[in-house]
Amino acid sequence: MTNSLRVPYDGIVMAAPVTIPYVRYSIESAQWWIGRALRALVTESGLKVSDIDGLCVSSFTMGTDSGIGLTQHFGLCVRWLDTIPLGGASAIAALRKAARAVQARDADIVACIAGDTNHVDSFRLTLENFSRFNQDAVYPYGAGGANSSFALIARNYMRSFGVTREDVGRIAVAQRANALRNPHALMKTPLSIEQYLAARPISDPIHLFDCVMPCAGAEAFLVMREDTAASLRLPAARLLSTIERHNAFADDPMQVRGGWAMDVGELYAMAGVKPDDLNIVQTYDDYPVISMMQFEDLGFCGKGEGAEFVRQHDLTIDGDLPHNTSGGQLSVGQAGAAGAYLGLVEGLRQVLGVAGPTQVRDASLGLASGFGMINYDRGLASGAAIFAGPSR
Amino acid sequence: MIDPIEPPRRKNPLLRTRLPTAPPRARSRTSHGFTRAAAEGRFMLQRCQGCGTFTYPAREACPSCLSSALAFVDAPARGLLLAETTARVPSDVYFRERAPWRVGLVKMDCGPTIVAHLHADCIEGAAVRMSFQLDKSGQAVAFARPEGETPDMADDRQWREMTADPKFRRVLVTNGRSAIGREAALALKAAGTKMVFVGIAEPWRPFAGEELLRRQDGIELVTLDAADEKSVGDLAADIGGKVDILVNTTEYVRPGGLLDRKGTSIARDEIDQAYLGFINLAQAFGPIMRMRGADGINNSVAWVNILSVHALANWPAFGAYSASQAACLSLSHCLRAELRPGGIKLMNVFTGPVDTEWFQTVPQPKVAPRAVAQAVVAGLRDGLEEMYVGDVAEEIRQRLAANPKALERELDR
Amino acid sequence: MQGRALLELADAIASDAVRVIDLSFTLSPDFPVIVLPPEFGQAAPVRIQEISRYDARGPAWYWNNVTFGEHTGTHFDAPIHWFTGKDLANNAVDTMPAKDMIAPACVIDCSAQAAQDPDFVLTVPIVEAWEARHGRIPSRHWVLLRTDWSKKGWRDYSNLRDDGAHTPGPNPAVMRWLVEERGIIGFGTETIGTDAGQAGHFEPPYPAHHFLHGAGRYGLQCLCNLDQLPATGAIIVASPLKIKNGSGSPLRVIALVSST
Repeated sequence: MTNSLRVPYDGIVMAAPVTIPYVRYSIESAQWWIGRALRALVTESGLKVSDIDGLCVSSFTMGTDSGIGLTQHFGLCVRWLDTIPLGGASAIAALRKAARAVQARDADIVACIAGDTNHVDSFRLTLENFSRFNQDAVYPYGAGGANSSFALIARNYMRSFGVTREDVGRIAVAQRANALRNPHALMKTPLSIEQYLAARPISDPIHLFDCVMPCAGAEAFLVMREDTAASLRLPAARLLSTIERHNAFADDPMQVRGGWAMDVGELYAMAGVKPDDLNIVQTYDDYPVISMMQFEDLGFCGKGEGAEFVRQHDLTIDGDLPHNTSGGQLSVGQAGAAGAYLGLVEGLRQVLGVAGPTQVRDASLGLASGFGMINYDRGLASGAAIFAGPSR
Repeated sequence: MIDPIEPPRRKNPLLRTRLPTAPPRARSRTSHGFTRAAAEGRFMLQRCQGCGTFTYPAREACPSCLSSALAFVDAPARGLLLAETTARVPSDVYFRERAPWRVGLVKMDCGPTIVAHLHADCIEGAAVRMSFQLDKSGQAVAFARPEGETPDMADDRQWREMTADPKFRRVLVTNGRSAIGREAALALKAAGTKMVFVGIAEPWRPFAGEELLRRQDGIELVTLDAADEKSVGDLAADIGGKVDILVNTTEYVRPGGLLDRKGTSIARDEIDQAYLGFINLAQAFGPIMRMRGADGINNSVAWVNILSVHALANWPAFGAYSASQAACLSLSHCLRAELRPGGIKLMNVFTGPVDTEWFQTVPQPKVAPRAVAQAVVAGLRDGLEEMYVGDVAEEIRQRLAANPKALERELDR
Repeated sequence: MQGRALLELADAIASDAVRVIDLSFTLSPDFPVIVLPPEFGQAAPVRIQEISRYDARGPAWYWNNVTFGEHTGTHFDAPIHWFTGKDLANNAVDTMPAKDMIAPACVIDCSAQAAQDPDFVLTVPIVEAWEARHGRIPSRHWVLLRTDWSKKGWRDYSNLRDDGAHTPGPNPAVMRWLVEERGIIGFGTETIGTDAGQAGHFEPPYPAHHFLHGAGRYGLQCLCNLDQLPATGAIIVASPLKIKNGSGSPLRVIALVSST
């Protein structure tokens, strides 16, 4: 059924989903968090450190290090190495690169890791050095971060398609309900739609519960061939398809769609599935309005129909379209670049049946998407992946 | 709708003075094309010299055709406000203190989209007029205002952060003995200042226009000999904390260059009055002005120098004078950098020969002192850094950019 | 006997039997100076620039650099200052005889007339009338013109109008007469300049300068406290700075006056 021209991911799997629980502030370095994730990958999988022959890392707070510094730091000897600076799209990008490397046997076992610390000035320093366009043409305007840039996008999107704050709030409220089952979520109190609507404004129309909480943490997984996972007796999920697109729709005066909309047909064609087949969806939720945009751009509904879609579906773990089942970044926290991984790692747990308190019954086919790098006035990077558990 | 600003009340002497903070300063080198535009009050964008596309933010290759021939050109300033937001809790200290702060995204008629500060009267979906202004970091930022005039437009809170409007402020005009000084005092008063202090050196010597100045309400003559460090220090001790705008109208013009003079006594006076006087003024008034950059509605905002355009290109007939002006120009750049942490703008107003006694034999066009004064007011209102007043100054600006060697030879008549 | 007289003089000063009167204005930037037509070279204004004041520039000391023209404030004119005296011997401040720096003075009080008329002019008849009361002016004495002009505010002191300064001074006839008929050592005034404000229109112009310096005599100006001097008997001490080939200098002019 596939009519994609791209080489299928036959025999490529993901295993050992790892989350190092987040904390609001940490005096440790990013390298400490990444090191902990690496160790967890090793102990989870029963591998030796020397078995890992590929490394892909993403982090905003590694300071002067990139991936190469970490090889010596952690005692890794790898034949494949990448550092991915794509923010919220880093996990999908890492997965794609690692998958092809393993497929071509350039590496056998690739560790994909993202980790960030959060010092009291981490957020500000990250913003200041984010990108040249942000430095020249956004930061001087007082936004102090993505909030005002996304506020403008949200305002335009909501105005263009008649979306209300209540529509958007449904997504946040459902995610909070999911998060209450996740012992590691940093947000621990219930959120009603009334509370969501009454929350204080940050940058109109973005209010408090539209925003993630920056924190410290790490996420990781392994990419390998199916036969490698079998020989290790490691539960693994098959990678069915991926897409990746950057700086799409540059002529849109304001961003109302992400790159997924360009390649969504290929995402499903390559996987041989339809949106209705998916048990779980993990969107990149830096803001709930962006999740709504992903429902449209990832084929669940048409452009401008996201509000109606959200009204018609129950996005909780027990609902008809379980979405951001761990609570998403909005309720768990955003640990820098690890935010890119949060959805994919939780999705892996779901289809492997090891999600524990947040497990969706019979989860077997999942989608995770990434979005990031708000450069100047729009998010440039995007990607998505569809994966299947052993039961599919 | 703008609430017009109220005349500021007397400062509470028991409260700590709010210190200046500044918006983010970092910019790429190419982005300083906007700095130049903002300094002169021009709206400029990069335009690809290959395919004609206008592009923003500043970059090194055209996003349409990849040509690196991107030049900053004057561009149409009209656009449409697509979306706006009001930042309530900015993380940056400067904006946090001034929240709520309104920004928006404007689609320019000529193509690019620009994130801009918004005047309160800008309406989403309506046309706006864009400009580049120098913010409190001294860097260029895009600013959108409504297309037409709206009531009390200049009182917009965010606009006032970009400008140095004399309204309700207290100004020191350092030299009231000259025609420019006199006209500047009158023009500033007409622009709504609370008080204009006019410095007079050697008060025992009468001068033209003295009676006229003394008669004005809102103008106060003070003793000030800029070249005498004690005189400057004494005046600063008295009124330093009340100078929101300083207009340096030092004027010492004598003809002659090098070989047509004998000795250095005139040159010594030129340096003494213009250069050492500048230093004294800067040392006495600079620190307190810098400290008061965020001190309420009548915070200190600007330092203005009236300079000969021949500071930029020596005119041998007035060669020694040109050199003293060049010295002052260089000092002014130093002072600009030193005042920047206080958010104080330093504006240089360049003029060609002024229609006064020492340029009596110079043919027209000459600049009327009143025109210089009006330029000062306009420049303060628009938040400019460089102004060229009159035909000669404007021509020299253009000829310098085109070919300084041709200009040098042609000034040597 | 001279030795004892000098010691007696010192005792008299210490006991105020002889009073020392300071006839000098403070040298400062705000004191009026002579204003020449702008096309001519101008005297430098007085500048006092601190080098240090018990601070980082010099922790334990205070000192200044001082700039002034030779003819600023209370000052001395030497014969070389005017073209009429340019070829005389010993005509500069560094070559003039030191003994000329101490000499008695005759003080002619014209304060009443000057109060009425800023262009008051000292004439021969006025001096002769003074001599009738106080005796003939001896040779090698200073003649000091008291006008009480030094008591005025600075604007009235310089008294500049559309056609220049209007301040009192001597006419040509009295200057020639004082120099040639009375052999005065020098002429002193309270105003800016030994000559009247409008003396440029006299014939010869600036007759005090013309005749004094042409005869190797001296000028003193911007004096004050002349009202504390007796008409005769005061001893003037006026020693200008020893500037190489100098035409004059600001100086401290003092008068010794007997209390009795």
